[in-house]
Amino acid sequence: MAEHQINAGFMPLFDSAVLVVSRELGFATREGVELTLTRETSWANIRDRIAVGSFDVAHMLGPMPIACNLGLTPLASDTIVPFSLGLGGNAITVSNAVWDGMKAHGALPDLNPARAGAALRKLIAERQATGREPLRFAVVHPHSGHNYELRYWLAACGVDPVHDIDIVIVPPPFMADALAANRIDGYCVGEPWNSASVVRHTGRIVTVKAAIWRSSPEKVLGARKAWANDHPEAMAALLRALYHAARWCHDPANHAELAALMAQPRFLGQPASMQMRALTGRLDPGEGGERRVADFFLPFDKAANFPWKSHALWFYTQMVRWGQVEHTAANAEIARGTYRPDLYRSALKPLGVALPGANAKVEGALSEAMPVGSAGASLVLGPDGFFDGQIFDPDALDGYIALQSKA
Amino acid sequence: MSSPPLDILVIDENRIRAAIIEAGLREGGHERVTLIHDVSGIARRIAEVNPDVIVIDLENPNRDMLEAMFQLSRAVKRPVAMFVDRSDRASIEAAVEAGVSAYIVDGLKQERVKAILDMAVSRFNAYSRLTRELEEARSELEGRKVIERAKGLLMRSRGLSEQDAYALLRKTAMNQNRKLAEVAQSLVTAADLLGPGGL
Repeated sequence: MAEHQINAGFMPLFDSAVLVVSRELGFATREGVELTLTRETSWANIRDRIAVGSFDVAHMLGPMPIACNLGLTPLASDTIVPFSLGLGGNAITVSNAVWDGMKAHGALPDLNPARAGAALRKLIAERQATGREPLRFAVVHPHSGHNYELRYWLAACGVDPVHDIDIVIVPPPFMADALAANRIDGYCVGEPWNSASVVRHTGRIVTVKAAIWRSSPEKVLGARKAWANDHPEAMAALLRALYHAARWCHDPANHAELAALMAQPRFLGQPASMQMRALTGRLDPGEGGERRVADFFLPFDKAANFPWKSHALWFYTQMVRWGQVEHTAANAEIARGTYRPDLYRSALKPLGVALPGANAKVEGALSEAMPVGSAGASLVLGPDGFFDGQIFDPDALDGYIALQSKA
Repeated sequence: MSSPPLDILVIDENRIRAAIIEAGLREGGHERVTLIHDVSGIARRIAEVNPDVIVIDLENPNRDMLEAMFQLSRAVKRPVAMFVDRSDRASIEAAVEAGVSAYIVDGLKQERVKAILDMAVSRFNAYSRLTRELEEARSELEGRKVIERAKGLLMRSRGLSEQDAYALLRKTAMNQNRKLAEVAQSLVTAADLLGPGGL
């Protein structure tokens, strides 16, 4: 019997890979952790099962634990984030009809967010002028990176995501079906559910998360705070296992094996060849050609696993921006306290690996890769720019929120 | 007791389970029960029914969509919140364990709806038990079929009577401390692998 028993939930998305690999490749066992993985059907189930204790930890949307701690969700328990499961990995897909309309307004299959957004703005204006129904976009959850990056992209391109379009919620595995059935006109979701529409010729990828905000936060490991407090050694052992698993996922020599693993019916049940697109960043937007996206999905590199407080705070600013929560000093403090780099540091310190020198950083400030001061081995961060050139300084929270409320 | 009757909406793709819950609710005196099996166009349906209580199974992948809809409350006239009181841990655990979740309109008295959740939980558990028993019955039936096949194989290959073939199987099972059906299955698998002339 292993020293630590840990129950974990996950959703069928490619970015559950680090958690899946930690178990399937034996990294958890090596740390004395018997990890039980349960695939779930909704984020609400993950939240509820964390709250009642049937899961100790889970694959979660980065903003979700913050929303729980802010009391924005039904049935929530205090949830903390000691580890990030990767950066990037999402894309925005539209129907063939919307793509044709965008092309008529200058869109190219180059995944450029500014060009695609400008074309979409013109298409929306044209539709409004002729009295057509607003386009309907889907995201996976109100408290998700998908919801915030879709809105950020649209707003920066002059589309008002509140009034110019409708935003609805659709579970990730149903996105491609909903698009094919014309129930939605576009969506923002993690892979492989964008490529799922491309291979069926029912949709086109117009831009990607990595182009909207490079090296941006996505899924995290959420842990019930009470459990983490009572089981510090189990928590630390799991974080070490996840770190080794993330490094394994990063190594190109393992990509074929990883794609085959995630393709299994008990994880994603989608062909391995489709998983390779997320892993290599070689996406087919839908014109048959291949586009290389730098840093499309980072499971390990660029300190991808570090739970930056500036990531938590950026999510918080977007909750405020879109009216989900009121901005107060107390609420900002709850968001800041949700991400726990201290737990990451204390768990990984014995490994002698690279650790960032700070707990927060100015987001979007690095235009090229930069070595940063860190304990132990060297660490490279960035580039991490927002496509519209904005930066987010977590020390200037009020100013950022005020600026966005005027926009 | 003169409280107005509650409108209850049950969302479950599993029609049999939904019917079992509906029957339970009607037995409990709740006449105004609506069942939805398909979530397409659900916003309109919810607006029509305007329910006081919504019961939904946890296997349903559309819980996130429903919760978002409740929060925006454009489709639903009244805001809807998680049914169980946050402090009532035991009933939350029982519900999650059973695989059911419920929502009520804000302000509805806890004691009025507690009975509904308790009923839903017990019906969900009863349904799980039923499917488990069916599964067991099915595997027992299959066990019997495989024993028949193994007996037939032994009778043909060794020229045994039916009684002796059965006795041989039983003796082997006892000696190896295995179930009769398992021994029979190994024999049938071996025969399949070796082909017609094998045994």
